[in-house]
Amino acid sequence: MDITRRRLLALLPAAAVAWKYVLAGTPEASPNYKLTEHWWGMLIDIPKCIGCGSCVRACAEENDVPEGYYRTWIERYHVADWKIERPEVESPDGGKQGFPPHADDGGKNFFVPKLCNQCAESPCTQVCPVGATFVTPDGVVLVDKSYCLGCRYCIQACPYGCRFLNPKTNTAEKCSLCYHRITKGLTTACCEVCPTGARQLADLKNPKDPIHEFLKTHTVQVLKPHMATGAKVFYNGMDGSVR
Amino acid sequence: MFKDIEHLIRLAAVIAVALVAFVILRAAVVPHSFGQYGHYRGAAIGETASRPIAFAGHDACEGCHTDVVDQKKLGKHVVVACEACHGALAKHADDPGSVQPTKLDTAIVCARCHEANSAKPQGFPQVATADHSGGLACDTCHQPHRPKIEAEGKK
Amino acid sequence: MQIPVEGFMYPNEVELQWSILIVLYPFITGLVAGAFILASLERVFRVQAVKPTYRLALLTALAFLLVAPLPLQLHLGHPERSLEMYLTPHRSSAMAMFGFVYLWYLMGVLLLEIWLDYRREIVELSQTTSGGLRWVYRVLTLGSRNVSERSLRIDERLGYFITLIGIPSAFLLHGYVGFIFGSIKANPWWSSPLMPIVFVFSAMVSGISAVMLLYMLSTRLRGQQIDMRCLDTIARYLLYTFIIDFSLEMLDLLQRVYEADESFRSLDFMVHTRLWTSQVIIQILLGTVTPIALLGLTQVLKFRDIARKRVYGLAGCLTMIGIFAMRWNVVIGGQLFSKSFLGYTTYKMAFATREGLLTAIALMILPFIILWVLVKLLPPWAESGSLPGSGVAPAHGTS
Repeated sequence: MDITRRRLLALLPAAAVAWKYVLAGTPEASPNYKLTEHWWGMLIDIPKCIGCGSCVRACAEENDVPEGYYRTWIERYHVADWKIERPEVESPDGGKQGFPPHADDGGKNFFVPKLCNQCAESPCTQVCPVGATFVTPDGVVLVDKSYCLGCRYCIQACPYGCRFLNPKTNTAEKCSLCYHRITKGLTTACCEVCPTGARQLADLKNPKDPIHEFLKTHTVQVLKPHMATGAKVFYNGMDGSVR
Repeated sequence: MFKDIEHLIRLAAVIAVALVAFVILRAAVVPHSFGQYGHYRGAAIGETASRPIAFAGHDACEGCHTDVVDQKKLGKHVVVACEACHGALAKHADDPGSVQPTKLDTAIVCARCHEANSAKPQGFPQVATADHSGGLACDTCHQPHRPKIEAEGKK
Repeated sequence: MQIPVEGFMYPNEVELQWSILIVLYPFITGLVAGAFILASLERVFRVQAVKPTYRLALLTALAFLLVAPLPLQLHLGHPERSLEMYLTPHRSSAMAMFGFVYLWYLMGVLLLEIWLDYRREIVELSQTTSGGLRWVYRVLTLGSRNVSERSLRIDERLGYFITLIGIPSAFLLHGYVGFIFGSIKANPWWSSPLMPIVFVFSAMVSGISAVMLLYMLSTRLRGQQIDMRCLDTIARYLLYTFIIDFSLEMLDLLQRVYEADESFRSLDFMVHTRLWTSQVIIQILLGTVTPIALLGLTQVLKFRDIARKRVYGLAGCLTMIGIFAMRWNVVIGGQLFSKSFLGYTTYKMAFATREGLLTAIALMILPFIILWVLVKLLPPWAESGSLPGSGVAPAHGTS
């Protein structure tokens, strides 16, 4: 095939577009990180959670979370006997300073850490009017601080209550799965400090990730499956009373 | 004939001008990386990934503090990350000389995990600290990096 | 400020996200849609009786439509970025698509229809008025002075066609607002296929009621006689629409009570406690049942003109309050309960802040000021006894 001038002229724009896609998948800060090689999620092991609040504090420090708002939080459940549909739940300051001691009051008691479920079919990105919140090619739902209008539609649309409006930036905000850490091979701040391993980052596209074996051998749920959000935070040993 | 719809033609012209202005505005104002991966500003991914890090991660600590690593290896706290108790120390890891971590108050730090609470898993070591130590700081008897009290020597 | 919480709310849910400004917004767009439907009754459905209110209804719709974006702008965290909704609209977002529905309705329907209907007067006024006002009219003529019979007939035909498109556009305008709420699966108080329909009918009720009250008020101010045939017809249409609206809302309620799903227990408690006054007393009893009963009475019994006017006035005012309460109960009510169905929060309305009560009151007064300016600029009535400063006798849609 002869490369005539005409053909070259036709090929150049195509090449430019292709080059853009070759460069895609490499955020400048992490030159070895390929977006398409990862699909992030998290595993929460409820029987291991001791409600110490380390995760909440670490997240607040790592991500500059303002007082009174929470990118992650812990709930303490008390289920009296068979009353699964009516648990008593509390979350003092999101569990940031741990929980006050409770004498054993009968019934079942446990902690449930909550965070953004990094939904694959997230309702919050569906409703954003401008494209300020989105699912990245590697499965993390992020907010573009410099593009967000602060209309709060996404906060209304999240079934899990994990979003809030940051009063300093006047934009919507939520757990970013410590994107700035996981793209550099670190784990999230909350998983880093969890003393019992109740929280573990999972890369669902990595065949060697222990989550695959774990999911096969344990009884695991997601929150509010009837919402069909494609949630990627998996809860081991979660009781039916958890809302 | 055209005289009678002259006003409509003028109106159409006004609308056409407005549309053209809109198209030009759009080309000028919409960020260049918008639409790169989807309906969002592609550059936002890189910007989010470039945020500064506050927690160094236990691998960073273990590089220098090998004595602590050896001590922790012998006890239950081997699974507890350094910064879980010592706080975010990426600044210290970057410049160990000038940034010193603060001394911890064990009365507060230990209680967060080990204060008895009916919602904590049964097998997890927990005490009612008032009865357990009568107000003494935890490190009076326990070495935090290797918390179990052995028969001989502690600290 | 500490917000009192009963039971358990997810920590980020305690503070309400959408304030009284977002209550105002569907109320205002509802008035627009309703006023327009009333205007179209005459133009398209040839209901001659309501002709006296035609132009007033259009100007009312415009005045409110111009104010409609203001509560939204004041509510945004970054109003300076609001243009992004037109530059990079997210097609899956009802809110983004609504920006275009609004723009279409404002430009393509309302402004165009008003312009076509008033064109003859605008051309005349551009030649007869003096001073700065003359330039306003000159710009409005778009440089064309042709008011020949043929051109006016073309305007008439085109205006009819636009009104025809305008009716579904008005439904779309406010139905979309209903869809913005109704499509949120996360919120069971909002999520319902009935939402857009309920919103459209309550919009029509509020719009018709508003034009009726404005017609009565403006005729009084001009020292003119109210056309009772017109007023009776409007009141009749108000009654019919209200009955449909009330039936739809009761249908939704009945279904919820019967099915009693997971969310119901939480919502039921909320209605019985936090929303008791605003929903049961104000919206249903005072704002719906009473006006329907009053209007129904005028259909069944024979009242003297003066008594009928008083009944219409009372019914109209109660209706406006009732429809506002409905918007309040939807927007605020939808945020008072936790999505865990285990708790309730409280709405602490600020007073003098950007999203406070004072701002809301100012935004409700503003459309009337704009309407006053519009009525001066484009008088809806014949010369005699008009408000001072108005222009020439209009060709179409007058008393």
